Amino acid sequence: MGTGISAVKKLELFPEKIIDLKEIGGGGFILRLPRRYDFEAGQVIGLSTRLSLEPRLYSIASGENDKELEILFTRKDDGQLTPALSGLAQGDTVYSSRPFGNYTHVTPGCFWIATGTGLAPFRSMLRSGKGKDAFFLHGARDSASFYFSEEFRESLSNRYVPCSSTGAGGCFPGRVSDWLLQADELPLDKQFYLCGRAEMVVEVRDILISKGISFKNIHAEIYF
Amino acid sequence: MPKFISDMEALLGKTPDELKAIVKELGAQPFVANQLSDWLYKKDVQSIDEMSNLSVKFREKLSESYEIGLKPYLTVQESVDGTKKYLFPAANGKFIEAAYIPEKERKTLCVSTQVGCKMGCLFCMTGKQGFQGNLTAGEIINQIKSLPEGRELSNIVYMGMGEPFDNMPNVMRSLEILTAEWGYGWSPKRITVSTIGIIPGMKEFLERSDAHLAVSLHSPFDEERRQLMPIQHIYPLKEVLDEIRSWDFGRQRRVSFEYIVFKDLNDTPAHVKELSRILNGIKCRINLIRFHAIPGAPFQSSDEQRIEAFKDELNKKGILTTIRKSRGEDIYAACGLLSTKILGNS
Repeated sequence: MGTGISAVKKLELFPEKIIDLKEIGGGGFILRLPRRYDFEAGQVIGLSTRLSLEPRLYSIASGENDKELEILFTRKDDGQLTPALSGLAQGDTVYSSRPFGNYTHVTPGCFWIATGTGLAPFRSMLRSGKGKDAFFLHGARDSASFYFSEEFRESLSNRYVPCSSTGAGGCFPGRVSDWLLQADELPLDKQFYLCGRAEMVVEVRDILISKGISFKNIHAEIYF
Repeated sequence: MPKFISDMEALLGKTPDELKAIVKELGAQPFVANQLSDWLYKKDVQSIDEMSNLSVKFREKLSESYEIGLKPYLTVQESVDGTKKYLFPAANGKFIEAAYIPEKERKTLCVSTQVGCKMGCLFCMTGKQGFQGNLTAGEIINQIKSLPEGRELSNIVYMGMGEPFDNMPNVMRSLEILTAEWGYGWSPKRITVSTIGIIPGMKEFLERSDAHLAVSLHSPFDEERRQLMPIQHIYPLKEVLDEIRSWDFGRQRRVSFEYIVFKDLNDTPAHVKELSRILNGIKCRINLIRFHAIPGAPFQSSDEQRIEAFKDELNKKGILTTIRKSRGEDIYAACGLLSTKILGNS
């Protein structure tokens, strides 16, 4: 999850000093914060630059055993939070909530599908040792936007499939939905985890269902 | 293509404080803001020129940057049952729909709050559209103000396109304009806002408004609800109900739960039992809704007999349960069918 629900004023927020904020290309940033609480891979936090500003929800991108909390976001010029957030630096204060959410019931051999920063929960799962035999279909606009692709490739080998309709090198030439439409058959017994913008999630979900995947095996997390 | 959207800033949707700021900026006396508010919300005018108690000079100045912001509907479809579906323009060349539902005792307008929706509920046509933007308070109010039957309305339900609590500032502002004495003076008891259960927004709504609350429930079981409604991952039903329990319902303000009845999925005795358990202690009503089929959704509606039996079983458990009459299904105006995806892409 990357660009959260716009009405989470009532979340309890705590001040945190930024450990590090780094631009990683493709408009993406990695925010590192002290890790105060235990969490499960797939959970989110509310994040804001000011208490008066509505926090947005972001999936945690770091692992359950990592020392720091990592949040992946892309700067949206017309966004309420990310223009200010991306301008902060080490030592500046942000406000974050406790981790919450239950997009966490991952099973071995599952099928991850994400676009853009929607990979965050899957990176957290991977770093938490919950990516056993996972298959990851990852869509992005360009090569700079395949965040953490080396980590995924190293762990998942050819079970990591980057997709780009703009023809980035080494990628499947098309969107994740194209890949799914062209797939001869999909594993009907596997659990499918989707994360990204609503348009992608509903489109991919429809394709999966049309290919015989039970809706009960589809777990959708949307950029709420 | 006709020009639906102007570059001028809309006055409709502005609060008295904002009108005061505009008036000040234009060099007029503060009382002019009250006159402006009256013209906007108490009287029926179509243009700034018609605001006859404002000076001509002020009207000219005002017209340089502002317009009332009324956007007439573009098309209307009428169902065999009298329901009408109105298409309104929204920003950026997008469109929204509003459904007017006349009955003997009441005339209800179902308004939209967003272009599309990002909640992705599996059974909803609007969800299939994805999300294209929030409506302003003025655009929400416009659905009422520009409705030919606007003066006949007895009830307003925020159950059209979009999740109201995902557009909190504009929804709350529109509720304020509808219910304030300086606004339309509607009783909040004639307004219902429906949510899928975004808890922080729900809290804010319950604190700041006296309108009724409706919550989309659809399954009392966490895993099953998760399969239908992705929001369950973030705001689980149990926490939604815990929050509702902390508020006083049953007197002035009502809470109801919407429950689409899917054949062989959520219409079993186990569901009756679990609904009865989780709603224990909440003064509420359950509205059973027939599922209106949408492309690609792997569901069927339960048959009439089963829905009736489900209703009876819930009533026997002490939960006031009614079956919502399907209205406007033939023009895709019924619950879960609103969508402007094709228009938005054209």
